[in-house]
Amino acid sequence: MDREALMQQSLAETVVVPQLSPTARRRQIREKAIAGIITLMAFTGIAALVLIIVFVAKEALALFTDAHAREEASFSKMFLPQVARQGRPPTFTWQPVSSIPKVSMIPLFIGTLKTTFVSMLVAVPLGVAGALFAAEFAPRRLREFLKPIIELLAGIPSVVLGFFALMVLATLLQDTFGFTYRLNAVVAGLGLALAIVPVIFTVAEDALTAVPRSYREASLALGATPWETAWKVVLPAAAPGILAACVLGFGRAIGETMIILMASGNAAIVSSSLGDSVRSLSATIAAEMGEVVVGSPHYSLLFFIGVELFVFTFVLNMVASVWTKKVLKRLTGGAS
Amino acid sequence: MKKYIASLLVLFPFVLPTEAQAGTLSVKGSDTMVILSQRWAEEFMKKNAATKVQVTGGGSGTGLAALINGTTDIAMSSRPIKEAETEKIRTQFKATAEQVAVAKDGVTFYVNEKNPLNALTVEQLKGIYLGDITNWKEVGGADASIVLYSRENSSGTYVFVKDHLLNGEDYAAQAQTLPGTAAVVNAITQEKNGIGYGGAAYAKGIKELKIKTSSGEVAPTAENIKSGKYPLSRDLYFYLRGKPTGEVKTFIDFALSDEGQQIVNKVGYFPVK
Repeated sequence: MDREALMQQSLAETVVVPQLSPTARRRQIREKAIAGIITLMAFTGIAALVLIIVFVAKEALALFTDAHAREEASFSKMFLPQVARQGRPPTFTWQPVSSIPKVSMIPLFIGTLKTTFVSMLVAVPLGVAGALFAAEFAPRRLREFLKPIIELLAGIPSVVLGFFALMVLATLLQDTFGFTYRLNAVVAGLGLALAIVPVIFTVAEDALTAVPRSYREASLALGATPWETAWKVVLPAAAPGILAACVLGFGRAIGETMIILMASGNAAIVSSSLGDSVRSLSATIAAEMGEVVVGSPHYSLLFFIGVELFVFTFVLNMVASVWTKKVLKRLTGGAS
Repeated sequence: MKKYIASLLVLFPFVLPTEAQAGTLSVKGSDTMVILSQRWAEEFMKKNAATKVQVTGGGSGTGLAALINGTTDIAMSSRPIKEAETEKIRTQFKATAEQVAVAKDGVTFYVNEKNPLNALTVEQLKGIYLGDITNWKEVGGADASIVLYSRENSSGTYVFVKDHLLNGEDYAAQAQTLPGTAAVVNAITQEKNGIGYGGAAYAKGIKELKIKTSSGEVAPTAENIKSGKYPLSRDLYFYLRGKPTGEVKTFIDFALSDEGQQIVNKVGYFPVK
């Protein structure tokens, strides 16, 4: 049947539609309106995302188009060591407000990685183990009590966590470990872990409870202990979900600003020690956006950092989803 | 599809920049000057009930950026305006940036109360902040690492110390940056090997370092700063687009009047006259 005929047919059909009662017609109109509104909302979300990317990237574009900015913040200056002081060996320095701006991204990358590393080191074992306990071993009543408490932790504003890390954790850790700097990567990382644990816990717990009962029963029927069942059957079966939890946590750790801004000391140092103060990418944007001369290379640079953060989380999510698919395939023998 | 795009356009209306309304004066910028300007505004509004003066902080750079964007009438700044900023005002408003010095301030260096040192020379302070001196024993203190505190580079105080103490060179990478003098003071109360700097107006509960000069040790007091004996003092400015007129002029005249300069004294800064 060609299109013409189809059109004819559909027209013919519309003709023979029986007259609707006014109430039914009103209902139909309402349905249509609601459907329209919902569609509009969905598109608004997508549009907002696209517009955010476009506008942030647009501000950063000057780094590539503007000659002055290209000279001041070229890629070699961002990623290769530069001579910061006369007669000194070249170093990685972040000093964008200077007679000769130094815009090395390396200390910021290192700072971000340090805090993220510390927080993941603490939050992943805690979150996953907590979820495993809640899903597999906790008596019902304890679980009903445990879950809301941990989810409440997720609701604490990061400013509060940052203040806690700045005032309480920092002093405590300095007294315990004798750090030279009161504010350092460990303090910031621990503060960050407080924000990430509930995220990982919640998602991992959902993934673990979603594992079919039949798996557990089969394992137990074969003579495995509850612990073996949890560790060798349920946990691998929930692996994709747990991975997703870790990725979510990681994304939050990279992007988290307030806790780092308050508790890390914000010194852009290149070192391997976790006891040194650090400056992260996101905290740099937050700290410097307020004063920067609008339209200057420094301004574009801050937006460029924003784009970098965006790209990081995007790539991370892509890798994670591909990996999750692979894991799923292996677990289900390619059935799904 | 066209339908969707049309409805999207409705959702994102074109936002017009907010101009300051007539009858309200907006003063924005340096955190160092916020308290001072608020006092001025209060007294000024008692006299001129028709005018409403709004004072907001955010840092010198933020204030000047707002002046360039046209979202404030007066920018408070604790650093001189940059060439790039004057240029922007010239191109966007066909006006020159007007500078009015409204008060004087001295940058004070703080150490923890437990620190045995009471005074350092300008050279020693410079060495400490450039990262050449890293241990207190090198300047006659205890054998401990110096923990440097600095301000975020949005701060006028940061720029002032950089220009006047470090001769434009960069701070040591180890310098930890904190937002606001209050945060610096708070950090040093908790860090016995710490050193930081800030406006004299805020110094409470910690030790202010005197500066060793050829003519003895100079404390950051009012007369030392006014007389210029204290080596690290600066002017605090109001910046405007073009010559002040109308309400802006009345407000600035009030700030520079005897009564206005009395308020400067009360807040803890030093008069310009």
